Amino acid sequence: MRRLLVGSGAAVFAVLLIGALLEPLPGGIDLRIAVASHMAASGVEHPVTAVLLNFRGYDTLLEIAVLLLAVIVILAGGLDPAVDRPRAANPILQSLARLATPPMIVVAVYLLWAGAFRPGGAFQAGAVLAAAAVLLHLTGLLPSWQRPALSLRWGMTAGFLIFLAVATGLLAQGALLRYPPAQAGLLILLVEAGLTVSLGLILAGLFLFLSRDPGDEE
Amino acid sequence: MTSGLLFASTGALLFALGLAGVILIAHLLRRILAFNVMGSGAFLILVGLAQDNDIPDPVPQAMVLTGIVVAVAATALALALTRRLHALTGEVELPRDEA
Amino acid sequence: MSLAFDVLLALSLIWSGVRCLSVERLDRAIVLFIAFGLLMALAWARLAAPDIGLAEAAIGAGLTGALLLDAWGALKRRRP
Repeated sequence: MRRLLVGSGAAVFAVLLIGALLEPLPGGIDLRIAVASHMAASGVEHPVTAVLLNFRGYDTLLEIAVLLLAVIVILAGGLDPAVDRPRAANPILQSLARLATPPMIVVAVYLLWAGAFRPGGAFQAGAVLAAAAVLLHLTGLLPSWQRPALSLRWGMTAGFLIFLAVATGLLAQGALLRYPPAQAGLLILLVEAGLTVSLGLILAGLFLFLSRDPGDEE
Repeated sequence: MTSGLLFASTGALLFALGLAGVILIAHLLRRILAFNVMGSGAFLILVGLAQDNDIPDPVPQAMVLTGIVVAVAATALALALTRRLHALTGEVELPRDEA
Repeated sequence: MSLAFDVLLALSLIWSGVRCLSVERLDRAIVLFIAFGLLMALAWARLAAPDIGLAEAAIGAGLTGALLLDAWGALKRRRP
């Protein structure tokens, strides 16, 4: 009965939503023109990167703060640190993972650099770094993180701190995150480099902190 | 019908599907799956609706990029809470309110 | 031709979403969710959003899938 009720409710909701989507918006604002007309002052050539780090940089600043918060809550939630037993390691997988890791780091740096003028950027680069760490963990080369060392803590917060420092540094010149057009490209690259390292460590940490609890201690 | 509107409608269906899943499914891992399906639907609507005449709009694209990263953080947090609940009580469902 | 592909992709998205939430075995549900994430990456490519496609394939399908499978394994092993 409840199933039927919720199911039909969701179906009605979907039909109404699609009906609303198909109606043309009266007097819609076209942001594409606004973005295109400010691209020259943004310091980068790829519009998505310009929106992420310049026009709507505030969103990205809050996003890295949210990610940091998620890791802190996971650590505070206190999964019991398990005894670290080495996983059954397959030597072929291990040597393949060893071979794959350096190119993955190169790909991450390329994505970071390419973000200025084509699809790519800090998020994708950070995701590739995190994937490399997860791969090393799954092949038994990297133990799960029991508790964060000091260098790891600094690495995870570096992206947020650099971004915040740049943002407040620019406050002296008038407004939060309003880059001067001449230095915008360099500042965005600096912020993105910090974001890449921190995002890689945070996303890897989400996996490596959670996987320290293998679940079979009983 | 342009491909933008087609995918926006797909997003609406996925959102409704995920919503029904979040309400109906009690198993917490499955509920997290439903929550993610719901999020994907919302992302498809955002990007698909903004793309009329097949010219992409970078603003919703940047918003969705941010959203995907936040969604994975939320998923990891929810999984950590589920694992904690399971370690403490052995349950994978939330306890019912005692009336 | 491209519209036919879009319709097919939209139908596969909905089908994998429905199956992912309704399939009996939890491990299959998670694998179907990873497939759903990869189909989403294709949809982003069709919507001329390669940035999101890259992030979705790496984060939405890859990392979320790894997290879910790891949690599933831990829940299963601890069950008495």
